[in-house]
Amino acid sequence: MRFVDEYRDEAAVAKLVAAVRSRVTRPWTLMEICGGQTHTLIRFGIDEMLPSKVTMVHGPGCPVCVTPLEMIDRALAIARRPEVIFTSFGDMLRVPGSTTDLLSVKATGGDVRIVYSPLDALEIARRSAGKEVVFFAVGFETTAPANAMAVWQAKKAGIGNFSLLASHVLVPPAMEAILASPASRVQGFLAAGHVCTVMGYREYEPIAERYRIPVIVTGFEPLDLLEGVRMALEALEEGRAGVENQYRRSVTRDGNLPAQELLARVFEPCDRAWRGIGVIPRSGLRLRPEFTPHDAERKFDVGAITAVEPEICIAGEILQGLKKPHACEAFGTLCTPERPLGAPMVSSEGACAAYFNAGRGR
Amino acid sequence: MSDERPKRAAGLSAGAGCPVPLSDYPHVLLAHGGGGKLTQRLIEQLLVPSFDNPALRELHDGAVLDIGGTKIAFSTDSFVVKPLFFPGGDIGSLAVHGTVNDLAMCGARPLALSAALILEEGLPMEDLRRIVASMRSAAAVCGVPIVTGDTKVVDRGKGDGVFVNVTGVGEVPAGITISPARAAPGDVVLVSGEIAVHGIAIMSVREGLRFETELVSDTAPLHGLVEALLSVAGDAVHVLRDPTRGGVASALNEIAVQAKVGIRLVEREIPVDEAVRGACEILGLDALYVANEGKLLALVAPEAADQALAALRGHPLGAKAARIGDVVAARPGKVTMRSRVGGERIVDLLTGEQLPRIC
Repeated sequence: MRFVDEYRDEAAVAKLVAAVRSRVTRPWTLMEICGGQTHTLIRFGIDEMLPSKVTMVHGPGCPVCVTPLEMIDRALAIARRPEVIFTSFGDMLRVPGSTTDLLSVKATGGDVRIVYSPLDALEIARRSAGKEVVFFAVGFETTAPANAMAVWQAKKAGIGNFSLLASHVLVPPAMEAILASPASRVQGFLAAGHVCTVMGYREYEPIAERYRIPVIVTGFEPLDLLEGVRMALEALEEGRAGVENQYRRSVTRDGNLPAQELLARVFEPCDRAWRGIGVIPRSGLRLRPEFTPHDAERKFDVGAITAVEPEICIAGEILQGLKKPHACEAFGTLCTPERPLGAPMVSSEGACAAYFNAGRGR
Repeated sequence: MSDERPKRAAGLSAGAGCPVPLSDYPHVLLAHGGGGKLTQRLIEQLLVPSFDNPALRELHDGAVLDIGGTKIAFSTDSFVVKPLFFPGGDIGSLAVHGTVNDLAMCGARPLALSAALILEEGLPMEDLRRIVASMRSAAAVCGVPIVTGDTKVVDRGKGDGVFVNVTGVGEVPAGITISPARAAPGDVVLVSGEIAVHGIAIMSVREGLRFETELVSDTAPLHGLVEALLSVAGDAVHVLRDPTRGGVASALNEIAVQAKVGIRLVEREIPVDEAVRGACEILGLDALYVANEGKLLALVAPEAADQALAALRGHPLGAKAARIGDVVAARPGKVTMRSRVGGERIVDLLTGEQLPRIC
């Protein structure tokens, strides 16, 4: 298949692995920001092809994993309401809230539907007079523009029965939070190519400067990741900091300006709690006041939600790259994709599920 | 959103917790029918212990019973597909093929079928006529009569148009023993053609996804292909399986567990149509877990592997058959795969389903 097979060429992969090996003189720890990148590393067995001196740690870039428990409980409470058609990407349906998940709400009579685009949810709203259609808008800068578009169109077309339960998060504040932590071991980042396709990489430049680290904007195919790793290691071995772009076929320094403009019109920055990590200032997006009629959080009074997370799993440490999934006592024993204790075991992009499904550490 | 945990400073907290585990589901979920771990648990923890007997314990696509010295294969399958009509077939032909294939996977020649229809009040009579005509012609093509049946009607809203159950019996030729337990180290894993076609075809119509090429379900009866295979490889054919819901990965995992062997796949050798691969890439699906309705997996003793592959390729339904892996002694119960770029990973059973309710 064109545009895929080229990036999965075994000989080219072997060559890059050799190049990586020849560049490494000491131990380095790199963080791949995005869950999709973790998935590629594991699915293709690339993690085991890298020299032992290179440690890849998983970052916070799995939207399913970082959506806070109280937000999931709120989603569950809204989805249970008889007048609501609750729509979501498939991944969110299995994420456990405090006592249940969306699949169980569906099984007990809630109208919960998987959609592939927020615009599909908007279409359901258009066709469902008398019903309230809610879309669970999770994700990073990658998914935010389409969600912004859905709300913007809803307002323009006067579709009052459509609302977003928005829990958007932003990459740069999370990177800063990780780097600011004294426990952090991260020496270089592979930034998420899809996020940068939308946002460009200007906003990473001051971070790379301030913390004197390399940030490599990296794609998602095996060769992309290996090239990103090679670029990061070269920079580290040579003592260089700064942003470099591996994913040039998709990412420019400025990114997608119309998408950014739409984001700015519909959303505004806010403080946001990250599951397992805590509140990171100005790390989220919420709807601007003029879109309040489409804000599910305001539209549906579900009472006070206090979600308590017992201190069993180490999702927080995993999402910050402090520990690898199989360093967790519960990994593969008490916690499996079938009975996840924590969100990273739920989504196929979650670090724990990716490691578990590929048999790592078992 | 309000800050519910103000004590946690940004980036500093470690060991922040996770929710209470969700233990056994108190209700049936769609995933219980997805062919993955929840389905397996339902079978292993509820159904097998409740009905326990030696024939059931084989956990094959059908039971093989010794009746007066003749080995009779007996299998049943219910179909709840949405939409009822899809490119390449409909629920009627799918149901006939499904049960014929379950019998064929026991090595049996199908002899007779039953058809039970659960109809929803309000189903257009024209749809029912089309489905019944399709069942009739599918059975005729298979050369198997539908000899008995049943109809029930449920209230509007209590069924998805029509549910179909087809049960069948067949005769296993003397000298043929097909059983998952016979998988042995050294066996070669063959697949009869390109995988994941049915699941993606169904999804493309159900979800309104458009691709450059229209994908057509691979639904087909496989007893002819099995006959061709057995005629050259005979008793060297140890296991047959049609990888329907849960796909190739789930079928091979079940075999690996039952036979206590390891199965090693080579990703590069697994045939996947370009359009299907494209759809899987776009949707983030793994073709290994997507349903097939006209493909079989054969585990064959190594000395007969070349002939077996040639026999499959010589049949119109097996033209793109391929050798995709081997049975090994290492890592019993596990399926592993050498990735396209040379890495290794385990191919596990999925917990839930990749696609909601294919069949």
